[in-house]
Order: sequence, then C-alpha cells, then structure tokens
Amino acid sequence: MCLAIPGKVIDFVAETPQLAVVEVSGVKRQVNVDLLRDEPLGPGDWVLIHVGFAMSRISAAAAEEQMRMLSMMGEDLQAMEEIEGYQFGQDPS
Amino acid sequence: MKYVDEFRDPRLIRQAADEVRRLARPDRHYRIMEVCGGHTHAIYRFGLEGLLPGNVELIHGPGCPVCVLPMGRTDDGLALAELPGVVFTAFGDVMRVPGTKGSPLEHKARGAEIRMVYSPLDALKLAQGHPGKHVVFFAIGFETTAPSTALTLLKARQLGLGNFSVFCNHVTIIPAIRAILDSPDMRLDAFVGPGHVSTVIGCRPYEFIAQDYGKPIVVSGFEPLDVLQSLVMILRQLADGRSEVENQYARVVPWEGNLPALRALEEVFELRPYFEWRGLGFISQSALKLRDEFAEWDSERRFDVPGIRVTDPKAAQCGEVLKGVLKPPQCKLFGTECTPERPVGALMVSSEGACAAYYHYVHRMAAAGSLEG
Ligand code: SF4
Repeated sequence: MCLAIPGKVIDFVAETPQLAVVEVSGVKRQVNVDLLRDEPLGPGDWVLIHVGFAMSRISAAAAEEQMRMLSMMGEDLQAMEEIEGYQFGQDPS
Repeated sequence: MKYVDEFRDPRLIRQAADEVRRLARPDRHYRIMEVCGGHTHAIYRFGLEGLLPGNVELIHGPGCPVCVLPMGRTDDGLALAELPGVVFTAFGDVMRVPGTKGSPLEHKARGAEIRMVYSPLDALKLAQGHPGKHVVFFAIGFETTAPSTALTLLKARQLGLGNFSVFCNHVTIIPAIRAILDSPDMRLDAFVGPGHVSTVIGCRPYEFIAQDYGKPIVVSGFEPLDVLQSLVMILRQLADGRSEVENQYARVVPWEGNLPALRALEEVFELRPYFEWRGLGFISQSALKLRDEFAEWDSERRFDVPGIRVTDPKAAQCGEVLKGVLKPPQCKLFGTECTPERPVGALMVSSEGACAAYYHYVHRMAAAGSLEG
C-alpha cells in the first residue's frame, strides 16, 4: 500500500476521463488520474501511482529513478504484482 | 560501507557521508527521527546507519500505518468479516496483521470471505459485481492513501451503491508528530519528513515543528543519497542554529501539496475526537472518520462493530520501539517469540516496520555471517 509506482500515461479512457491507461514496465493498466485534474496531463507524461490513483506528476528522470529505487529495495516484483492486480479498469470476467 | 558500491553514484554517497561526518560536532549527540516507515526500510536495506558517525543516531518513527493500528481494530474488522453475506477486503499489507484470533489470512483459511485488493476501487467493483453481498473495505493508511478512499466513497455515493462500506482506519501524521514532540521521554533534535505523505499535504503543515518546537525538518526522498542529503541539510540547520522546513524531495513533493486530494479529504472525512495508536496511546484529532453525509457507507454505523480493545502482551515492547526509546533487538521477544514468520507485534509484519526491517537486513545478515565464520 505504501508503494509508489511510476507509470507513463498512454491514453485516456473515452467515457471516463478520470481514468487513464498507464504503462509500467510494459504492462498497461487503467488508473485513476482525478487527483491530477488541476494540472495539464497528457500522453507521454509520467505519474506516481499509489493504490490505483496517480498522486503526482513527475519528470521522466524521476520516474526512472523511482523504478530503480524499487528494484534496489527488492520491491519491483511487488510493484508489478500491484499494477497487474488492479481490477477496476478491467472488463468483468 | 558494505553496500556503498551497489549504489548508483558511490562517489556522491561518500561525499554526502563525509559531509555528515564533517558537520556532526564530536562533542554532541544527534537524535534524528525519520517519521516514515519507507525511510526506515531504506535505511536498513542500504545499511545507511553504518555510514554515519556514532553520534548521529536515527530514531525510527511511527509512520507505518499497519504498525500503529491497535490489535482491537483488526479484531473489529474481522468481526465484520464473520457477518453473513459480508465480503471483507483489504490491502495485502493487512492480510498478515495478527488479530487476537489470527490474521485476516488465517480467518480466510477458516472459511471467512476475505479478499485481498490492490485498490479501494477494486473493492467497489467487487460490490458492483456481487449485489447479493455486502463488501467492506478495511481502509488504512496516512494521507497518501486516504484521498483514494475518499474518491472511492464519492464514487459509491454517485452510483448509489448500497452494498459497499468502508471500515475507516485512516490516520493523520501531524498529530502523531506533535504527540512525539510532547512526550516526556522523547529527546529529538530534528526530523526527516515523510516523502509521499507530503505529496498530498505539502510542506506547510510541518511549520509548527520548526516554529513552535524549534526543530528542523527536511522532507526527504527515499534513495540512499536522498536520505544522506537530508541529513546534511538537517545538520547544516543545527550548525547554523536554524530551524526550518526544507524540501529535499522537490522533484516529487510540491510545497502546497495536492489540492484536489486535500479537497476530497475535506469533503468526505472529518477528524475523530481521538483515536488509539498502538504504542502511542490515544491521540486527539489524529484519525479520520466518514462525515454524516456518508453514514450509509460507513461500516461502523451500518454494523454493530464490537469496539474491541486488546492490550499487547506485556513482554512486547512495540510502544517503546515506536517511540524510539528502544531499538528493535532490545525487545525481549525480538527474533525469538516474534519473527516475520510469526509476528507478535505489528512492527514485525510490514517491511516498513522497524522490527521487520531490522530482522531482514541486520539480524539475518549477522546470523548468516556468524554461520559462515
Ligand atoms: S520484536 Fe515484536 S513484540 Fe517486540 S517490539 Fe518488535 S514487533 Fe513488538
């Protein structure tokens, strides 16, 4: 829950603009970007994700640093598990 | 110095460590608290204490949400899980937290409907998909995760979702810092401020620490170099006789915080008059509860929550460790009765807990070393 996962915004979800598709190490998932509504956010921007919500916009360099940090801490697998685990943007199965 | 070579920029690390040594006056002892459990984890993981001079002591603070949750709250949540038709959902970190009759994971093994989720929105989705069930989300965390719960509740209200509620255990960091500053057995010189909590609340709420208590606080990133640079900034302030709020982590933390997140917190939550923190006792206005407008989605108002209070086993010294009075291995249960595999206290559960971090990176390494030797 305390993991901050860096992701790159790829696209927005047409019907629900508070959701964006982000990519983390090749895995694409929808996350909620409503908390960044005060600032311009577009495809190619990087964000830090906590429990399915983008909490801050960061630079590409800071995103890269954060990813390396997670792997140094041995938390990169956990982070990928979390990203892959987000169900709310997936079709009901 | 055993880990230095694996850092990204060993030269900068050495420089920063040298600067710490240069700034720390040999005739003085410095006690600096890192508030956030993420920092505690990083400090042990990277062996940062080994880079510091002996008179610069790091005290591990209360910033690990599962560590400060009283066992009674876990029991209360699990009592909800036992109600017919209820699906209990929680983050992975909560699943192994021991309650009186075992952890959520153990309750699940005994047949309770318990699901791990990665986001409160997943719990909401589960409720939408199972109209015949009631989904309880066990919400926990500081200001980093509380806005996510707030937005999820706003969505539940918008959807008019009747089979979803939140058992709210969100706590706020500022009153805890104040309680520590007011505690008579605490003698601290400065704080390393939490990184991700500050992306939400910004740096302004820390001003009382500098102004009223005269202690420096530096909001810090989590890389080894970040932590060392923050210590340098703190020691410079102390050397100059300054006490200010500084932001070492400006690449992520805006000074004003995240305004939409603060607005969402304000709309959905209000402060509880008081809340119990494990190890710290009752702290007034230190936790969040749902506003009346959200009563329908508040598990505590929808169900009869027993309100269980459990005192920790006498020998468990989680409170002293949480306040930085004792180091983890000084607890009598450490490494014997209390291990990450069989935790007695919550500090042994989460990797951000001081006991678990110490166990993984110091205790086990030392044990491995003595086996080799
Ligand atoms: S070793 Fe266990 S009982 Fe002792 S302080 Fe740590 S978590 Fe608490």
